[in-house]
This record gives sequence, C-alpha cells and structure tokens, in this order.
Amino acid sequence: MKEIMNNTQFNIDLELFPTTFDAIHAYLAATVFGLALTVIILLFVLLLGMIRRAKENKTTKPTDNKEQAISASIPKREPEVKIVEKIVEVEKIVEVEKIIQAPAPEPIILKESTPDAALQLLTLLQSEARFIDFIKEDMAAHSDADIGAAARVMLTGCSKTINQHFNVAPIRSEEEGSQITLAEGFNASEVRLTGNIVGEAPFKGTLIHKGWKVTEVKLPKLTEDHQAEIIATAEVEL
Amino acid sequence: MSQKSFGSLFETKTTNDSETDATQVTDSEIVETETDTEAMTETTVDDTQESTTVIQETEAKSNPPEGTHYSIGIDLGTTHCVLSYVDISDPDNEEIIQEVLQIPQLSAPGVIEDKPQLPSFLYQAHASELPEGESVLPWTAEPEYLVGEIARKLGEKTPMRLVSSAKSWLCHAGVDCKSPILPSDAPEEVEQVSPFQASAAYLEHLCAAWNKQHPNAPIAEQEITLTVPASFDPAARELTAEAARSVGLTNAILLEEPQAALYSWIEKSEGDWRNHANVGDIILVIDVGGGTTDLSLIAVTEEEGNLGLTRIAVGDHILLGGDNMDLALAYTLKTKIEKDGKRLAPWQVQALTHACRSAKETILSDEAADNIAIVVPNRGSSLIGGTLRTELTRDEVDTVLLQGFLPTIGSDEHPVVNSRTGLRTKGLPYAQDAGITRHLAAFLTRQVNAVDDIKDINLADNASFIHPSAVLFNGGVLKAPRFANRLMDVLNEWLATENAPEARLLSGLDLDLAVARGAAYYGYVRKGKGVRIKGGTAASYYVGVESSMPAVPGMPPEVQALCLAPFGMEEGSNEELPNDEFGLIVGEPVRFRFFGSKTRREDAVGTRLEYWEDDELEELDEIEITLDEENRNIGEVVSVHLSSAITETGTLELQAISNQDDTHWKIEFDVRSSEE
Repeated sequence: MKEIMNNTQFNIDLELFPTTFDAIHAYLAATVFGLALTVIILLFVLLLGMIRRAKENKTTKPTDNKEQAISASIPKREPEVKIVEKIVEVEKIVEVEKIIQAPAPEPIILKESTPDAALQLLTLLQSEARFIDFIKEDMAAHSDADIGAAARVMLTGCSKTINQHFNVAPIRSEEEGSQITLAEGFNASEVRLTGNIVGEAPFKGTLIHKGWKVTEVKLPKLTEDHQAEIIATAEVEL
Repeated sequence: MSQKSFGSLFETKTTNDSETDATQVTDSEIVETETDTEAMTETTVDDTQESTTVIQETEAKSNPPEGTHYSIGIDLGTTHCVLSYVDISDPDNEEIIQEVLQIPQLSAPGVIEDKPQLPSFLYQAHASELPEGESVLPWTAEPEYLVGEIARKLGEKTPMRLVSSAKSWLCHAGVDCKSPILPSDAPEEVEQVSPFQASAAYLEHLCAAWNKQHPNAPIAEQEITLTVPASFDPAARELTAEAARSVGLTNAILLEEPQAALYSWIEKSEGDWRNHANVGDIILVIDVGGGTTDLSLIAVTEEEGNLGLTRIAVGDHILLGGDNMDLALAYTLKTKIEKDGKRLAPWQVQALTHACRSAKETILSDEAADNIAIVVPNRGSSLIGGTLRTELTRDEVDTVLLQGFLPTIGSDEHPVVNSRTGLRTKGLPYAQDAGITRHLAAFLTRQVNAVDDIKDINLADNASFIHPSAVLFNGGVLKAPRFANRLMDVLNEWLATENAPEARLLSGLDLDLAVARGAAYYGYVRKGKGVRIKGGTAASYYVGVESSMPAVPGMPPEVQALCLAPFGMEEGSNEELPNDEFGLIVGEPVRFRFFGSKTRREDAVGTRLEYWEDDELEELDEIEITLDEENRNIGEVVSVHLSSAITETGTLELQAISNQDDTHWKIEFDVRSSEE
C-alpha cells in the first residue's frame, strides 16, 4: 500500500492540461504547426515523384517489350524482304533484256498457289497416315523402337495416300549412276545440269537422280462450305 | 479386298492423254519465257493444279452425243457396288470399249471423291453429327441417306448406326426384307431401314452419278444388267428387281454373278477364249467375295459347230468370305497380345482387323515376306506413346487362313453342320464351317449327276464327284496367289485320286471389277453378238400340298411337293398346271409352303413328290395368294390352277388362274411384308 502511495507522489500526470496560455506556449504551438506542414509538403512531393516514376515505368516497360518483339521478328523478315527485292531486280534485268530483244514485253505474272489444295493434302495425310500427329511428336522423349512402330503407321499411310491421289513417275527411265546423253533441245525443266557445264549439247553425263514427275492429280472435290483449315476434327466419344 | 484402292486399274485414257498434252504445252511455254530455274520449279507445282482443272473439263465433255446407247452392268455387291458400261449404239461395231464409272461419293464430311467402287454401306447420321452443307453431292444438296465411303468410315466408329451386308439379308429366309430392321442393334431413336430400301439407296446413288455424267443418256433408257448371286432364291431375285424398278430402272434384267465373271473372261480374251475352252470342259467358277462364297458349274458343249456354254449347277448361299479371314487373323493376334497381360478395347480390335487385312495381302502375295509388323496406333493425337505393336508371322497366316479356310481334305469331307437350335436369332445365318474347301467338296459331290443329260460330257462311271476341267476365280480374296494355288492344289488332289486329268486355271480376270464388266458385256451379247451362256433357272421349285390321307392324331399331315417350275426353265417361258386344282377362298390370304431343289433336274411340271431326301429339297420362304374380291363375293370359293413363268428380267413369277374364266392373281414371295 505504501509503495503505491510513493509512486503516485513522483509520477508526472500526463493528463494535466496547462492552465495558463503564455507566449512560450504560443511559440511552441507555431513551431509544431510549421514542422507538420513541412513534413506534409515533403511527403506530398515524394508521393508525386513516386507516382510519376511508377507511370514512367509502366509506359516504358511495355514499349521495351514491343521493341524487342519487333526486333526479334524483323531479323526474320528482313532476309525475306531482301530476297524479294533481289527477285525483283532479277526480273527487271530480264525485262530490260527483253525490251532489247522484243519490242512488246509481256508482263511477268507470278502465280500464287491457293492454300486449299495444300490443306487438303495435309488432311489426307493426317487421316490416312497420322502425318501431323507424327511430326508434332517430341522425338527426344521416345525410344527408337517406339518411333519405328509409329513411323510404320505413318509411312504406309503416306505411300497409300500419295499413290491414291497422285501418279508419280520417274522422269528418266535409265538406271541411276549410268551414263546418259542429253540431245539438243532437251527439256531443261525436267533435267538439270550440274558440275562441269561447258560446251554445247549433246551433253554426256552420269544420271545422279532419276527425277520424279506427277503425271496425274486426283484430289477430292470440296463442298462450298467445307473448312479446309480443319485438317483433323477433334473427336469426342459418347 | 474392300479396302484397296483401284485408282490405277482403270482406263481413263481420254482424260489422261489430253491432260498430259496440256502439261507439255504449258511446260514448253515456260521454258521459253522463264530463265530462272527457281521459278521453274514453282511453275511445275502449278502445272499439277492446272491438270486437275483439265481433268474436270474433260469430265464435263464426256457427255456423249444424243442417241448414244449403252449397255450398263451393275454389280450390287455385299461390300461394294461397281458400274461398268459399253457403248452399243452402233450395231455393226465389233470393237468393245468397256469403261468403269467413276462414282462421286462423300469420303469425309464435305469431301467428294471419285472412286470406281461404291461401298455398300448406309449410315444414319445423328442430326448434330455433320455440319450443314457437308453432305452435299454433285446432284443433290441433301441426300436421303449417307451411302458409300463416308458411311463405311463413320460406321467404323459408330457401328450402331451403320447398315451393312443388306444384300445378305435379302436372301435370309425368316425376315421380312421390306420392314425396317437395319441396323439390327440400333437404339430406338435411330431410324431403321429395310434391306430393300438400303439396296435401292445404293442403286439410286449409282443412277444419279450416271445421269450427272451422261445427261444426254439417262440411265432409265439404257440396257441395264443387274447381277445377283447364283444362289439367290426367287424371293431375293424378285426383291432385287423390285429395288431396281423403284429407282426407275424398269428394264433391268438379272444375271448370275459367276456367269458375269465368265462373260468378263470371254470379253477380256478378245475372241481367244475358244482356244482355252474345249468341248467337254466343265468350268468351275469360284467366287469368294468379301462376305459370300458363290459356286457355279458351266459346261462347254458343241452347238452347230460352235462352242456353247451351259450353266449346269449353282451352289448354296454361303455367308463366308474375306471379311471372316481378316476377323480370324485379328482374333489370333488379340489372344497373342492379351497373353502379355494387355487388354484390348473394341476399337483396337477393329483397327487390328484393318491392319490384318493389308498384312494378309502382303503375306499371301509376297513369298519373301515372313513376318509383318502390325501396329495399332493410339486414337489420341499422341501417335508414338500408346502404339500397340505385334507381329503377324507366316506360320500364323498358314495355320489360320490356309488350314482354317482352305484345309487340305479329301473330297468326301463335307461341312460340319451343327443342327441349329429352334431359336432363330435376329442375325444373319453365317456359315458355321469356315472350310471353303469343304463347302466346295460338298457342292461337287452333290452335283455329280449334273452332266448326265449333256451329250458332250462324259463323266467317269466311278466318279464320286463332278470333275471340273477348268477353274475360273473371281472375288478379291482369290487375288492372293497362295490362296489360288492352294485351292487348285486341293482340287487337283481330289481329281488325282479319281484318275481324272488336272484342272487348269483360266486367268486374265480383273477379280474386283469382273462381275460388273461381264454384266455390261452381257447386254452386248443379248444383242446377238458373241456366245451366250444358257442355263435357265438353277433350281426346280415346288409348292407344298397336303396329301389327302386320313388324319393321324398327333402327326402333322404329310406334305407333298408339287413341281411348279422345272430345272433350267428359260427366261420368257411359262408353264401351267391345269390338272391340279385348288379351291381358294376370296378375300382370305392362303399360304403355301415353298421349296426349291438344286439337284432334282428330272422333275417335270406337275410332278408330285411324296418322299425326298433332306438335302434334296430346301424350304424357302412361304408364298401367299390373296384373291381380291373383284366381281366376286368374300367367302366364295374359286377353283384355280397354278402357273409359273420366268420373266425377261429373270425372276420367277407365280400365278393362280381361275378355271372358270381367265382371271389371274399374282402369288407373292415376300409374304411377311403383307402382315404389317
């Protein structure tokens, strides 16, 4: 009991309120107010700065990405563009030559193949030979025996499909490796000369590859609404 | 077999030539203008595209000038239909140019492919199964049924919606072929069709395909020959003819398939056949198709100094063919795989059957092939992971196929027939014994008396079976040399035991298309050119009559068989039985038991048989007469006699003729349809 009494005697009562309001008190209050104001202003500036930086980061980062993406794709495209230009140049030269030779040059038309026939072939190869399934497989994850078994499915299917829809015949009937003679006026789109190309026809040389030529194409017809892009339908068993 | 493509077998000469010409022209043009080799390879790719358009153009041009007349042969097969045709507009033209119609058909939703064969399958697709506009055919935006390649492909994965082997049902006694019963195990919501409807649907597809390509020569105005198995009974023949009539082929005539095969052989030999067939020859035609085996005997006789052909016997309807063989191999492999502890799902067994089909063909035709790897790929997109791999060895093929289906047996070994239980299942009556050689032995033994009446042929007295001197094969199964050799070996062994000369093989037939080609050639023969096979009906027909004897309690009244139509009745002839009167009640259907015999050649019209051996007479579907009440009162009894006729079409027609006046009533075969 006594100890508690002693404590209360030496304690400072914080709840006490100054009973008098003098100049010192007024000065203290002003200082406190001024300090608080400076702190608020500083914090506010800091906040503004932060927001700005954050905004800058947000806007700059994506642009960086885009630039990267573009820079990644551009190098791929650039060579293509260059090739196109080259082709154009070649063509121009041809035109110029023609102008010299013939007064009325025909405009050069490059045929653009439609994707439908290509998609159709993919569909046929997929349905008969599981071609897309096979090439989409991760070969590294499987043993050679497994790949061999699957390749058997694919190869038999592929040859069936190709034989069914195309008549493929060799261009040259001679045995590969044998000596053949090309008479003057041979079809240069069927036979390509390589190696020591000098002199005039008839040319004598070794048949390296007998060549292949499609003599007949029998592709199925498609109905008007048929979506050729779907090369294999998803299958759901009920 | 049914899976094979026959793209390379046809003469599309006209299209080919013009197309290659076109390619060459474009090629040379390119060489002139282009110098860059790169550009050249590009253009050759484009060339192929051009050639396809060229093909289409020539197709449109193939429409003949007006007035062209064709003989068209239609092989309405169990697994495939083929249409072949010959131009017969010029009566003096001796040169026969045979062509096979390329039949446009859906091969997948939205994909139309031209194929020489139309698979005889019909698929009842669910409403949400195919996108709209994906079932279009060149002649119709919405076909009534899906038939052909697409039906077969879709049906592989959903068998409960697939109608197959409709033809075998036509010859199945005990079902009504005009009531919707197929697919036989379909759930209620799947609309069923009758075997008759299915056959008509295939014919309709063929007709539409023809008319699309020949707008100036509508098929209904051409000479049509429809082939049926030699073993088809009168009811099945009538149904086939009726199916043809229902699609507008009113003048179609029927021809037996083995005969068609022989016609095709004659046509292919281009007159040379006379050097390969001699007077006194007995030609055995063995036709093993996808689902059925058909046997016929044709005798070569002399007629006014020329060679004549007479069909002397046909075999029973045996539901046994190449499909059974594929299935047998698949189940052999299935047990082999399951020994390793793997379980096979139904789809894997199906895929195994497919793989076995092509493996079988390789092993049977290639002497060097010993083991063939069989791979069943996973159904999912991952091809490598779930692949099932096994091997089909030569030994397995030998044991399962050669010993199972073509066992080396004596000529006295006949098929094992387990007496069928009283219960009739809804399925087809498949052959119980898979041994084709046993069926052949039974056929030859039964027909030992087939040549008794033919003057040019003398069979040795001690012969226990008829001795064929030449053999003609037909059907995809017999394309395999080892099968063909085995059959010849077995037959020649039988012949050797009876000291008969070896039979020789008549070759040169295109086994897949021969029947249709022969049928088209038959239309040409009917114009009076070339040799015609005679034969008439391949059986004699009887009606069952209760004999008049005192009733014995507990015993059914004895039945006598009254011969209505004799063996070998020719087309266009008719017979009457004026001495056998029947009292029939007007307005009430009256049924008779109906029998056929392929061996009783001597019975004349009106012969009554009181006793016969079990295997002599075969009971067919009942026949039914209903006298309509025209000018008569219901309940009145009319005295009638029966008459039979073979129509020009080749069907048997039975009539009841009134004894008082000249009224005729038709007697129907397909009695069960009138119940409904």
